[in-house]
Amino acid sequence: MLQVDALVAGYEPGAPIVCGASLSAARGELVALIGPNGAGKSTLLKSIAGLVPIESGRVWLAGVDITGLAAHARVHAKLAYVPQLDNVFATLSVADNLELGARSLQGAVRKARIDAVHALFPDLARQRRLAAGRLSGGQRQMLAIARALIAEPTLLLLDEPSAGLSPRIVAEVFEQLRAIRATGVAILLVEQNVRAALTVADRLYVLVAGRNRLDGTPHALREDRALAALYLGGDTPAGRAAP
Amino acid sequence: MSLAGAISLQFLADGLIAGATIGLGAIGVTLTYSILRFANFAHGEFISIGCYLTLTIAGACGAWLPASRATLGDFSLSCGVIAAALLAVPLTGLLALGLDAVLFRPLRARGTPITAVIASFGASLALRALLELAFSSRPRYFTQELQIAIPLGFGVRATPDQMALLGVTAVLVVALHVILTRTGTGRAMRAVSENPTLARVVGIDVAQVIRLTWLFGAGLAASAGILLGLVVQIRPTMGAELLLPLFAAAILGGIGSVPGALAGGLIVGIAEAATVQFAGAEWRAAVAFLVLIAVLLLRPKGLFGRAD
Repeated sequence: MLQVDALVAGYEPGAPIVCGASLSAARGELVALIGPNGAGKSTLLKSIAGLVPIESGRVWLAGVDITGLAAHARVHAKLAYVPQLDNVFATLSVADNLELGARSLQGAVRKARIDAVHALFPDLARQRRLAAGRLSGGQRQMLAIARALIAEPTLLLLDEPSAGLSPRIVAEVFEQLRAIRATGVAILLVEQNVRAALTVADRLYVLVAGRNRLDGTPHALREDRALAALYLGGDTPAGRAAP
Repeated sequence: MSLAGAISLQFLADGLIAGATIGLGAIGVTLTYSILRFANFAHGEFISIGCYLTLTIAGACGAWLPASRATLGDFSLSCGVIAAALLAVPLTGLLALGLDAVLFRPLRARGTPITAVIASFGASLALRALLELAFSSRPRYFTQELQIAIPLGFGVRATPDQMALLGVTAVLVVALHVILTRTGTGRAMRAVSENPTLARVVGIDVAQVIRLTWLFGAGLAASAGILLGLVVQIRPTMGAELLLPLFAAAILGGIGSVPGALAGGLIVGIAEAATVQFAGAEWRAAVAFLVLIAVLLLRPKGLFGRAD
């Protein structure tokens, strides 16, 4: 589904933040990207979404090279991205936010998709006339995810969906992510909360200084001495280092 | 009705008529400012250019088809002027697009909005000089036929052209409000105004929204210029002279708010008319300055503006 090959990307030419990262995510797979602060996780996600210039490397989605596509055109290629901050249009109503997500759809399909998202997020259906800026943090996160899902993306990129949320809301968000994964959507998630990421992800990549340091299943990484030393405070047998 | 009461109501009517034109122009200012994020000081020239384009096209129509000069009923408008106005509005929009392509877009790419503001000063001077070169500074008129003001009751009088100005302004503002609040295009414009990066992420072509903003903004400015040309002399400086009231109205209404810009325009127009009535015409130019200073000091977000 998603294939990223040796990606080099950054905000300024010649000063890359992502320095040759490679990763993949299959249909119906939830892949988490973890790493220390400043490792380039969010920048990698933004470069896949088309918001940060790519200097070299390739991004493939469903077999199509989307490396040179503008950010808005990637949405039509069935890629959806939910930023960590400012991820809803606060002055627009909940309904308008959802309508924006459904821009590429027409007539009955559009209405059916909005109804489907309302069914998945019933809170949003009840508050559709409310300005999005008046929603709670958890509801905003749900709205951002709902808006991203309306156009039926094949790949969903999420930047720290648990940031600033209470543990109960984080559990709800992750429960929704499991439900979305079950529909066949590939999910690539940047997550600072490593324990939460280990709980929800099928596979994880550890990014350090813009490069993959390790990758593997949650089980393998839990056993990894390097990761344990970096994040979990443990000292366990070694896992698999990235090539 | 006492004489004093009749005078007061007439200044309100005069203020509404002037304010409608200011409001139309201010809508363009507020759209440009909220979506392109810079104060376009060349906006006044779009007002003048819309008016001169109408004058030129109507003149050509009249030369080619003399019957097009015939006025409609009690209005001073002719079929030729109406047809010319319908052409001049999109042409002014296209001119704004051209100006964006050669001047503002390259500056936007460098990410320094203040450079665009200064460039707009230069564009304003250049466009005004071109108008003076092409048409001279001599005042022009759509028509020099004398219009008789019709009594409307309560001692208030207005010419048919002035009533047409109010009617057309109302139609344009309602149409724009419907577009912005009820259509996908308007929703996309509001989204870009609030958060251009997020707008790209949800699949909005921001460059297309910017082009639409120029078309709408300059088209409304041209409409304001044409309506203004019905009631005042047409001169190359007519738009520039309106610039300060336009900005005062846009800031008073709250940047980004279309109803706010119209309300701001009406308030500035009425304040100017009241000043002329009660303090003397020499104080009129100070009104927009005072409104601007008062709003910036007391309520910087304006009447209908966003808190941020």
